[in-house]
Amino acid sequence: MTTSTLTDRLDSAETFGQNAFDRLLEKRIDPLWLTAKRKEAWEIFQGLDWPNPRDENWMRSDIRGLKLSKFAPNVEENSQIATGSPVRLLDGVDVSASCRSVNGLVVSESLDEGLAARGVVVGSLSRCARDHSALVEKYLHSLICPKSDRFAALQTAMWSDGYFVYVPRNVRVERPIHLHAAMGDGQVDLSHTLIVLEEGAEATILFESSSPTADTRGFHCGGVELIQHGNSHLRYVNLQDWGKGSWHFAHQRASVGRDAQLQWTVAAVGARFAQVDQRVELVEPGARSQVNGVMFTQDRQHLVYNTLQHHKAPHCTSDFLYKSVLQDRSRTVWRGMIKVSQGAQKTDGYQRNDNLMLSDAARADSIPGLEINADDVRCTHGSTSGRVDEELIFYAQSRGFTRSEAIRMIVTGFFQQIFDRITIESVRDALGAAIARQVRKYE
Amino acid sequence: MSHILRIENLHVSVNDKPILRGVNLVIKFGETHALMGPNGSGKSTLGLAIAGHPNYQITEGSIWLDDVNLTELEADERSRAGIFMAFQRPVAIPGVKMADFLRHAATNVRRPDRKEGEDLIAMREFRKELKGKMEQLKMDPEFARRYVNDGFSGGEMKRAEILTMAMLSPKFSILDETDSGLDADAVRLASASIAEIGRDKMGLLIITHHDKLLEHNPPQFTHVMLGGRIVETGGAELARQLHDHGYDRIRKAYPDAEAANQQMLAKEEPLAV
Repeated sequence: MTTSTLTDRLDSAETFGQNAFDRLLEKRIDPLWLTAKRKEAWEIFQGLDWPNPRDENWMRSDIRGLKLSKFAPNVEENSQIATGSPVRLLDGVDVSASCRSVNGLVVSESLDEGLAARGVVVGSLSRCARDHSALVEKYLHSLICPKSDRFAALQTAMWSDGYFVYVPRNVRVERPIHLHAAMGDGQVDLSHTLIVLEEGAEATILFESSSPTADTRGFHCGGVELIQHGNSHLRYVNLQDWGKGSWHFAHQRASVGRDAQLQWTVAAVGARFAQVDQRVELVEPGARSQVNGVMFTQDRQHLVYNTLQHHKAPHCTSDFLYKSVLQDRSRTVWRGMIKVSQGAQKTDGYQRNDNLMLSDAARADSIPGLEINADDVRCTHGSTSGRVDEELIFYAQSRGFTRSEAIRMIVTGFFQQIFDRITIESVRDALGAAIARQVRKYE
Repeated sequence: MSHILRIENLHVSVNDKPILRGVNLVIKFGETHALMGPNGSGKSTLGLAIAGHPNYQITEGSIWLDDVNLTELEADERSRAGIFMAFQRPVAIPGVKMADFLRHAATNVRRPDRKEGEDLIAMREFRKELKGKMEQLKMDPEFARRYVNDGFSGGEMKRAEILTMAMLSPKFSILDETDSGLDADAVRLASASIAEIGRDKMGLLIITHHDKLLEHNPPQFTHVMLGGRIVETGGAELARQLHDHGYDRIRKAYPDAEAANQQMLAKEEPLAV
């Protein structure tokens, strides 16, 4: 594979060319600052190459099969195409707000009236960019730089819609906020999620993405920004369950302020290929983050995660645990970094990645890393990768479990450590069920 | 009930190295048999071969439970047919609670025809039963919420195995050195527990080096294994004699078996389970 063939193939996509961008600007009703921001990102997009496979972040990625010409940005609502995309995180949950998007455009919004009266905002990012222009302008793409890579630039220029959640100072949103994104076959989701919690605010957000069928092919190029001011508490759950023919590119960022707490749970079972760049920045003293990841892959799925826990201020804690189970010929890559800036003394950073392979053909790359520029810190990391232990299977079989029941139980046990951290029952149940659905019969 | 476990001319190899060289043994439901013998003589191998460990290849002979040929069955099918083995060193299954593990195991063993995905024993009913058995065995109820064998002390592991035996009520149990690594009080407790759960309610094959485990379980038969064969069979007094005086007499009396035993010890040390 050479860089030029990849560049040629992706570039030849006129569906994401100048005409498409002009048409998008024409169709949209954006505030001036936003149009300017889009144009600026578009310039960057045109000046950048697609990621170089020799780049450390992309050298374990394979995007040769991505044919952008097969996709085109969505400017008009066409919700039929994604009908039947399952919703999994709502079972038994009493929500305070619920929104749905289809192919990157929001089609329904609802929010508890009491919360709305207290200044809480939940809904379409496009609408909020008009209705709450100053607020959105302040935060949108403040954590994601369009220069990061060409996908970030494309998304900053052409994002179609997405969600904005704003919780004012000292407001506690007790019941979860549910956000759903559906993407149909051959469709595109260029959405953005922007969450802002003011000082002392609290919220639980359940975000999930899905497709009508398991083999749906789509293209998602998205962004997530979680902005937390002092003493705020956020639980953010993201279940990625796109059809297994889909491409998923995402830049996901969190900024955690003074004594604020973030619990971010990522679960990935969908997509043909995913490249996620997830970063948590602890920007003021006392900030705490806990990042949990559950990945379950099959067939030829290939999921790549580049993660960063960035300690920018002293006395912050970051905890990170990703667990993957792989079957068939699937592959996961995790490259994680704890970075401690100068002056970020008394940092407590932890990262761990465990992988369980259910087949000989599966492959998990696990690359932990530390970059420490302070001298009074505690940073630890570890990773394990291995096959299911045959002795465990025999032990369970000697107690009456069939071989596949034994494997299913061992897999569930493997994830239990993360389930124990998730306090929301519907999320635990949905993840457990998603995993149980995936485990094959093993003879 | 009258069940019979019949082992006929059993030859077993591990990694193509012969370990058992023609074992014959008949255990009737309700009987207690002690299996003794020096290290490397093949005691654990016999247990694991009966339980159906995939690494233990049966090269000759057969194992019958009544009219079922166990050698044709997978380990889980043998378990559901009524075979149980309490392991010397049971493995840990992190993330799986004892109670959940036992509920699934008990359901499969009690309903041998259950298809995967069908309902388990009702939770409430099962919890009540488990609680009762744990009280009987003087176990802390907290035990049920711990992960299977994860971080268990030697004594806790052995008690968990006895609890499992109690919940599965097998027709035949093989107890592989359920006394190893335990202090005197713990052995006494294990011995009493085995008697309470198993005596007259199943056939017991107790593999041990010592006679303490037999205190509450006087065997009707004591078998001595050497070099992969049962070289002598007697009553409870044989177990006592072996415990008091060791295996010197046996080694001298059966030089061929002793030679085989020495040979296996040299070769099989890393495989001794």
